[in-house]
Amino acid sequence: MTATTTDISEKSNAERLQIRKERLALLRSNKAFIIGMSILGFWVLCAIFGKFVTPFKADEQNYEFVSVPPNGTYWFGTDPNGQDVFSRVIIGSRLILVMSFAATIIGTIAGTSLGLITGYFKGWFDIVVMRLLEAISAIPAIIIALLAIAAIDGQSPTLTVLIIAFVFTPNIARTVRAAVLAEAEFEYVAAARLRTERTAHILFKEILPNVMPPIIVEFTVRLGYAIFAIATLSFLGAGVEYGSPNWGTQISENWAQIFNNQWWPTAFPAIAIASLAVSVNLISDGLLEVFEI
Amino acid sequence: MSTPTLELRNLEVAYTVRGIDREVLRNISLSIQPGEAYGLVGESGCGKSTAAYAAMRYLPRNGKITGGSILFEGRDMVTMSDAEVSTLRNSVISMVYQNPVAALNPTIRVGDQVAEVFELSGKSKSEANKLALEALVKVKIADPEKVMRRYAHQLSGGMAQRVVIAMALASNPRLLVMDEPTTGLDATVEAEVLDLVRELRRETGTAVLFISHNLGVIRHMCDRVGVLYAGALVEQGTTADILSNPQHPYTVGLLRCIPRGGLHKNTDRLETIPGSPPSLGLHFDGCVFASRCTLADDRCRTEKPEMVEVGASHIARCFHHDQAPGMARNIEGASQGLSIRTKQTTQSGDLLQIEKLSKIFNQDGHKVQVVNDVALHVAPGETLGLVGESGSGKTTIAKMILGLTAAEPSSVISINGKKLARTLNKRDVADVGALQIVFQNPDQALNRRHSVTRIVSRAVERLAGLNKSESDNRAHELLSGMRVDASLHNARPAQLSGGLKQRVAISRAFAGSPNLVVCDEPTSALDVSVQATILNLLVDLQKQDDTSYLFISHDLGVVRYISDRIAVLYLGRVMELGNAETVFNGPHHPYTEALVSSVPAIDGSQRKRIRLEGDVPSPANPPTGCVLNPRCPRMAGSGVEGLCTTVEPELKEVEPGHFMRCHIPLDQLRATQQK
Amino acid sequence: MKSFLAKRLGLSVLTVGLAAIIVFFMTHILPGDVARQSLGRQATEEDVIAFNKLYGLDKPLLTQLFNWIKDLLSGNLGVSMSTSRPVSETLIPALGYSARLAGVAFVLIVPLSIAGGIIAAMNRGKKVDRAVTVGGLSAAVIPEFVWAVILLLVFGVVIRIFPISAMPDDGNGGFLQSIWHLLLPSIALLLVLFGYIARITRAGVIEALDSDYMRTAVLKGYSRRKAVTKHVLRNAMLPTIAVVASQIPYLIGGLVAVEMVFNYRGFGTVLLAAVGGRDYAVLQSGVILTSTVIVSFQLIADILFAVLNPRIRQRISE
Repeated sequence: MTATTTDISEKSNAERLQIRKERLALLRSNKAFIIGMSILGFWVLCAIFGKFVTPFKADEQNYEFVSVPPNGTYWFGTDPNGQDVFSRVIIGSRLILVMSFAATIIGTIAGTSLGLITGYFKGWFDIVVMRLLEAISAIPAIIIALLAIAAIDGQSPTLTVLIIAFVFTPNIARTVRAAVLAEAEFEYVAAARLRTERTAHILFKEILPNVMPPIIVEFTVRLGYAIFAIATLSFLGAGVEYGSPNWGTQISENWAQIFNNQWWPTAFPAIAIASLAVSVNLISDGLLEVFEI
Repeated sequence: MSTPTLELRNLEVAYTVRGIDREVLRNISLSIQPGEAYGLVGESGCGKSTAAYAAMRYLPRNGKITGGSILFEGRDMVTMSDAEVSTLRNSVISMVYQNPVAALNPTIRVGDQVAEVFELSGKSKSEANKLALEALVKVKIADPEKVMRRYAHQLSGGMAQRVVIAMALASNPRLLVMDEPTTGLDATVEAEVLDLVRELRRETGTAVLFISHNLGVIRHMCDRVGVLYAGALVEQGTTADILSNPQHPYTVGLLRCIPRGGLHKNTDRLETIPGSPPSLGLHFDGCVFASRCTLADDRCRTEKPEMVEVGASHIARCFHHDQAPGMARNIEGASQGLSIRTKQTTQSGDLLQIEKLSKIFNQDGHKVQVVNDVALHVAPGETLGLVGESGSGKTTIAKMILGLTAAEPSSVISINGKKLARTLNKRDVADVGALQIVFQNPDQALNRRHSVTRIVSRAVERLAGLNKSESDNRAHELLSGMRVDASLHNARPAQLSGGLKQRVAISRAFAGSPNLVVCDEPTSALDVSVQATILNLLVDLQKQDDTSYLFISHDLGVVRYISDRIAVLYLGRVMELGNAETVFNGPHHPYTEALVSSVPAIDGSQRKRIRLEGDVPSPANPPTGCVLNPRCPRMAGSGVEGLCTTVEPELKEVEPGHFMRCHIPLDQLRATQQK
Repeated sequence: MKSFLAKRLGLSVLTVGLAAIIVFFMTHILPGDVARQSLGRQATEEDVIAFNKLYGLDKPLLTQLFNWIKDLLSGNLGVSMSTSRPVSETLIPALGYSARLAGVAFVLIVPLSIAGGIIAAMNRGKKVDRAVTVGGLSAAVIPEFVWAVILLLVFGVVIRIFPISAMPDDGNGGFLQSIWHLLLPSIALLLVLFGYIARITRAGVIEALDSDYMRTAVLKGYSRRKAVTKHVLRNAMLPTIAVVASQIPYLIGGLVAVEMVFNYRGFGTVLLAAVGGRDYAVLQSGVILTSTVIVSFQLIADILFAVLNPRIRQRISE
C-alpha cells in the first residue's frame, strides 16, 4: 500500500492556477480598474507622443485669436495669450507624470528601506526614526514643500520631486513597518536565522516579497497624492517654471477669467488633473480588492 | 417518540466562493430529543460548525440554505421571519462558541453583556443586573461581583467561557448548541468547563448539540454521535456503540490512527488513512470518502450510498459497512533507508545538556520570570517530551536552546559537551545546523513566496555548505525521502495540504544533518488522520540516524506515544521528569496527576478526575513556596502544608531516573493515588 | 492616568520640537541667500550686512536655532523680514480666520464622512457602498484648488447661489452670513477629506459587523439593527478617531489653496505671501504654529481613544 503517493492536496496545481486565473479575471472584470488603466494609459501616451500630434506647439501664440471659445480649429479654445488650450493640455501631461512617478518611486524606495529596517530591528533606531517621521508628518506636505521651495529661491522641478519624495517617506515607511512587524513574527524568519542567513538576505529575500502587496497598493495611493501635490504646488506658483505647459500652472494663470465667463482655459486642465488623479485611484482600488488587504 | 427538540431534515447549505456555490452540508438529517446530548464529530472543513450555526439559522454572509428544513420543536426555522427567529434565540435556543474571549464585546462590561439577555426578555435594568449576577454564580465564577465589572480582555479563556455559558443559559433554553467549547483551552481548564456543562445539564435537562473534533470529549459529553465527513453525515449511533463498534470505513480508520495509551513508537507503528480531507465544497459523484477508502470500488465512486441500518439505532452510509470493522490495517512501510546524517556521532553520553536555564522578560516595566532554573539532558536518539499548559515556558525553553531567544547569562546550553553561545548569531554553522526545529504551523514556517525546492535547498546550501546545484539535488533527494512527490517540488507552500507542508518543514529541519530537532507541536495544526503519518515519519527518521527530539505537545496521547522520557512543566519549572511510562502510570507529581486525569478517554474508561482549582497564576507574581500550592490537589491533608506554602521544593530523584519537585514523600503520593 | 498624560504630552512637545528643528534647518541649509532674496538684487553689500545683523543671521547656526526656540517658548514669534512688524500682528488674526474656516469645514466633514462610512458598511457590496468608497476616494484625490475653481465656476458664476469670496463684503458680517460665505470653500475641503475618513469608518464598522461579538449579539436575540447600535458603533468609532486626527494636516494644507481661490485672508494666504516675499520669520513661525495645532489634535485623539478603549484605559490606570 503506497499511502503517501495519494497524499496530494486537493488544492492541486490545477486548482491553484484556477484561483489565480479567477483573480486575474476579477481584475479584468473590475470596471473601475479597467477605466483607470485606460485613462492613465491615455495620458502616458500623451506624455510620450503628445508633442508630435498636437495641432499647435505648446508655446505657440496667436494674437489674432485671444480667448476664443472652443471651436473647430481650437478644440478647447485659446487662452488670453492666444495659446491653444488643447495642445497645452495634451503636452502638459508630460511634466506632471514624470515628476509624480519620480517622486513616488524615490519615496517608495526610501520608505520601504526605512520600514524594513525599523520594523525588523525595533530598538532605539526604530524609536528615533519613528519620532523623526512623526515630526515630518506634523507639518502639512504642501507647507513643507512651499518652505523648501522658498528657501532655495527657485523653480526647480528636481527639488520639488525630492521634497515630495521626502514628505511621502513617513507614510510609506509606516505602512511597510507595520507589515514587517507582522511578518517578522512568522516562523519562516526564525527558520532563516536557523540556517545562518544574513540580515540583508532575511530583509530583502525573505520578508520583502511577502510585503509587496501593501507596498504596491501604497505606491498607487502615493502616486495619486503626488499628482495632487504637484498640481497644487504649480497652481500656487511653486515647483515648476512659470509659463511651462503644465495643468496646475495653466489653471493658476487663467482661473480668474472664469468671472468673465471664459471657463475653457481653466476647465480643461482641471478636468485633465481630475481624470489623471481619479484614474490612479481607480487602479489602486482595483488592486486593493484583488490583493484582499 | 415525542417531537424532537431539533430536527435537521435533508439540510443542504452552500457557500458562494468567487461566484461559485460550493456545497458545505450535503443532505444532513438528524434529530435531537428533549434532554439529549448529540455530538457531531469530524475533521477540519467537514462542515460541523456550519451545521451548528445552521441550527441557530445563522449563516455567514456568503452562505445560504439550498434545501431541507431546520425544525425546532416541529416548527421550520427556514421559513420563519427574522423576528420569530430572534425570539427563539432569545428564549429557547442558545449557543456557546469556540473562542469565548472574542465572543464578548471588548468595550462593554461583562456584567452588562450578561444582563442584556434578561433586558431583551423584558426585565428592568436593575432586575437584569441582579439576574446576571445570579447567572454568574450558577457557573461558579469566583468573585462574581468583580467579574461583572470586568472587560473581556481581563478574563482568562476558561473564565470567559463560563461567562458565555452563563449568558447562554440565562434564558433557560431548551436547546444549547456548543461549537468546540473547549478547543484552545488548557487540558485542566477544559476538564473544569466540561464538568460544569455536565452538571448544569443534569440540573436543567437542556438538549445539547455538541460540536467537537475531539472524540474523547464527545465520548465524555454525548449520548449519541454523528460522524461528518466532507459535509455528509456518514455514521450515527449511540456514542459508546460508534466508538467501540464503528461500521463506516472512515470512522474505523479515524479511531485506529489516534495514538492511544499503551501504544509506543518502539513497539507499534500508527495506522493511517491515506490522503487528506478534501477542501471545502468539492463535488462528488459517489461516496464522499471513496478516494481515501481502502474498500472503495467502482460503485462507490459513481453512486451515492444511502444510510443503512447496521445495528440498534446505528446507521452508516456505506455499501460495504459489513467489511469495515475487519478492514485491512493500513500501516505504511518505513521510509526506504534515506540516511540523513553524513557524520555519525560516536560519543556516548548526553547529546544536549542544559543547566540553570532561565529567562526573565521585561513586561511593561515588570520583570517576569517565565523559565526558572531548568536542567535537562537528551541522549542521542532519544525523545524528550515537554508537557505543560500555556504559560509553562515550554516554547521559551525551545527557543533558548535554539538561540532564537537569548537565555539569561547564567544559563548553560551545551551540545556534545561544547558550551554554546546564548544567541544564534554568535554560534558557528555546525552548532546552528546541529539544532533545528519543526514549527507548529507550517503555513507560517514556510515562506509562501518561495518554492518547496528553494526552501529546502537554501537550508542545505547554508548548513551543509554545498553549492547551489548540489544543494538542489540534495533537496530533491530529501523531499522524495519524505515522500513529497517530485511533481510538487516546484510548487509553492500554498499549493500543498497541511500534511505535505509539514513534510517540507521536516525536510528543511533535516537539511543540515541535525543532532537534535525540536518538534514544537508539529501535528497540532493537522487533522488526526494526517497526524499519524507525520508521527510515523518522525519515528523513522529518528531510527535511521539516531536523531534526538525535544518534543513539545499539549496532546498527552501523542507525547506518550513518541517520548522516551517526559518533563512536565508548570510556571517555568520542571515539576516531574522520568520515563514516559513512569510519568503516565504514576505515582505522579500532583500536577501531573491532575493533568493526566483531565484528558477524557475515548474508550470511555472513567478515571477519577483530580481537579485543579482556579487559573494558572501569572508568572509575574508566582505563589510563594511551591508554585502549585494554591491549586495543589494533594496538599491538603498531606501533613507538609506548612512546608508547601513557604519553601519551594527542589527537583529531586525520588526513585532511579524519576525526578519530582514535591514536598510530599513518594510513598505517600503512591498510597493516595492508588486509592 | 497622570503618567500617561505626562508621557503623551512629553512626546507631543518632542514632536513639535523636532518639527521646529527640521523647519529651521530646511530654511537655513538649503542653498539660497536669505538676505539677497529679501532685499532684492540691487541691495548693496552694506545693506546685506545690516540685514543679517538685524535678524541675527550673522551668528552661528546653532545659536540662531537656540535663540529662535527661546523666543518661541517666550511667545515671541519674531519680526517680519518684509514689513519689520512683529510676526504675531499678521499671523494671529490670520490664524483666527483660518480657524473659523477650518472649524466650519470640520463640522461638515466629520459627521458626513462617518455617516457615509456607516451607510457604506451596512450596504456592503451594493451601489451605495461603491458610491461612497470609489466615489469618495476619487473625489479625494482631486486637489482642493481644482474643486474650489469648479465649485466657484458652477455655484458662483454659472448659477449664482454662493458668494465668490469667503470674506463677507464688509469684512465683518453677522455670524450666519460669515458661515454662508465659508460654505463653498468648506465644501471643497469636504470633497477632499470625505473619502478617506468614510473609508476607514467603513472598515471599522465592517470589522465590528464581522466580529464574533456581533454574532453573539445576534444569537442572543437582538435584531440586526439593534445589535448594530448597541454593539458595533462604539467599537467601530475607535479607528475613526485616529483617522480624523490624521487628516488634520491635510485639512490645514488644503487651506492654502482654498483660501487663495476664495480670496480669504487666512493664514494660508499669509504663508503664501511670505513664500512670495521670502519672509522667513513669518514662514518659520507659521509652520511651527501649524504643527503645534496638528500635534494638539493628535494628543486629543490619543486621549479620546484611550478613554473609549477599556484595554488601553486599564493599562493606563495600572
